[in-house]
Amino acid sequence: MSAAKALHVSLRVDGRTLSVAEGISVAAAIAIAGAIPLRRSPSGEGRAPLCGMGVCFECRATVDGMEQQRTCLLPVAEGMEVVTHG
Amino acid sequence: MDKRMHSYQVVVVGAGPAGLSAAEAAAAQGCSVLLLDAQPAAGGQVWRRDAALGMPARSRTLQSRLDALGVTRLPQSEVVGAFGRQLLVRCGRESLEVGFGSLVIATGARELLLPFPGWTLPGVTGAGGAQALAKQGWPVRGKRVLVAGSGPLLLASAETLQRHGARVLGIHEQLGRTGLAGFAAGLWRWPGKLAQAAQLRGRLRGVPYRADSHVLRALGQGQLEAVEIRAGGRISTIECDMLACGFGLVPNVELACALGCDLDESRVHPLVRVDAYQRTSAEDVYAVGEACGIGGVDCARVEGRIAGLAAAGAPERARRLFRLRSRARRFGKHLERHFILRDELRALADEDTIVCRCEDVTMGALSLCRDVREMRLMTRCGMGPCQGRICGTAIAETRRLPRAGLRFPVFPVPLAVLAGSSRKRPAGIFSGVVK
Repeated sequence: MSAAKALHVSLRVDGRTLSVAEGISVAAAIAIAGAIPLRRSPSGEGRAPLCGMGVCFECRATVDGMEQQRTCLLPVAEGMEVVTHG
Repeated sequence: MDKRMHSYQVVVVGAGPAGLSAAEAAAAQGCSVLLLDAQPAAGGQVWRRDAALGMPARSRTLQSRLDALGVTRLPQSEVVGAFGRQLLVRCGRESLEVGFGSLVIATGARELLLPFPGWTLPGVTGAGGAQALAKQGWPVRGKRVLVAGSGPLLLASAETLQRHGARVLGIHEQLGRTGLAGFAAGLWRWPGKLAQAAQLRGRLRGVPYRADSHVLRALGQGQLEAVEIRAGGRISTIECDMLACGFGLVPNVELACALGCDLDESRVHPLVRVDAYQRTSAEDVYAVGEACGIGGVDCARVEGRIAGLAAAGAPERARRLFRLRSRARRFGKHLERHFILRDELRALADEDTIVCRCEDVTMGALSLCRDVREMRLMTRCGMGPCQGRICGTAIAETRRLPRAGLRFPVFPVPLAVLAGSSRKRPAGIFSGVVK
């Protein structure tokens, strides 16, 4: 393994700005921001990622205005705006 | 890529070891190759890029080779549907139509996740799920983690979590000692696997490994706080922050299904049926690796090469790899023969346990339904965005009911992606679309 460069990007999660390592997923940034649970199920249960690989759809959030994005499949980007529904 | 029609001699879906190997083999024969994958980085699950530690060396080498051969790569893309030799692909927020001469399905596997009380609590993930999350930067440092379920993935998951600073409290394997001994005794036939297992055990010195032990319930108010475990005859409650729990792997056959490939449905979880050249029943469509049955990374690589060579019109070269594949496939059989799930695991969920996490359908609500179709009609089970990938698989395992056939699209897509397609749409196209 080669160590990835420790560059940082800043993004906003639920209005809060944070700086995270480049190359992490939006799901990870949401967890770092402490915004877990990140969504509510139809009956109101708080939920968080289950599969980590884009299959379970538990990690959905709104990213740059696009709803229902699987955040485990999305890398963080500078200036990204993430809104959770937890 | 722009909106124009794109066409390649060989299109490979899935950039794990199988897909990377297929793309490399076909490109080395001079074919134009497109490799697409849902993840931002190639490698699949077993060679997943680690945000902190980088790319595994073998994956990096293979990827440089692809770049040198001029393989077009399309990350963050999913095949949504197929119309003859055209694929409708979602690429980020765009839609794209891709034509293929040959198609290689290398869609890999997902985890078998079984419902138990409390499994929907934040903090409960799959075993491979926790590993994938740790590699993508999910904060696990200092967290108390319990790893549970079944199969060799538990060791790999525990090791990754530990490497990222988690405190792994224990590994709970449902299989008994006799079963584990049987598995270990046969491992000498695959020295690489044996060495890997020994290495993982070495790195996990100090982490208790319990055989004959499984989860009963996850406990907590809005967040996982503890797990009730049965070990041998004893039940105990262990406080923890994360539970990484998976019961094995299940082939991803949805795309093959959408393309009309025959499946082998003799087992609980279907596999794509292929011949010696990895050809499916659909013309010029190949399938490789875990989609054809769980066989591991070595199997995925050799099958990828066979399909890539066959698709490129070099079957005589592919034939030279048949013996290597037989040996690799036997490892999958060895796994399947030994890691048998105990019946108690199929009865962990109680009446109130949610089975379909997308639509919040409980086990109790499903009890009256006789088949998966009734479940859909009466309870909406399997009609959420995961399209039954989690609950359908769990129900197939726990109740031995066959999974429902998949409908278009293969993955939920925004309407804009469908609107971007010029193809005539089949009736019922809008079922399963996420707004």
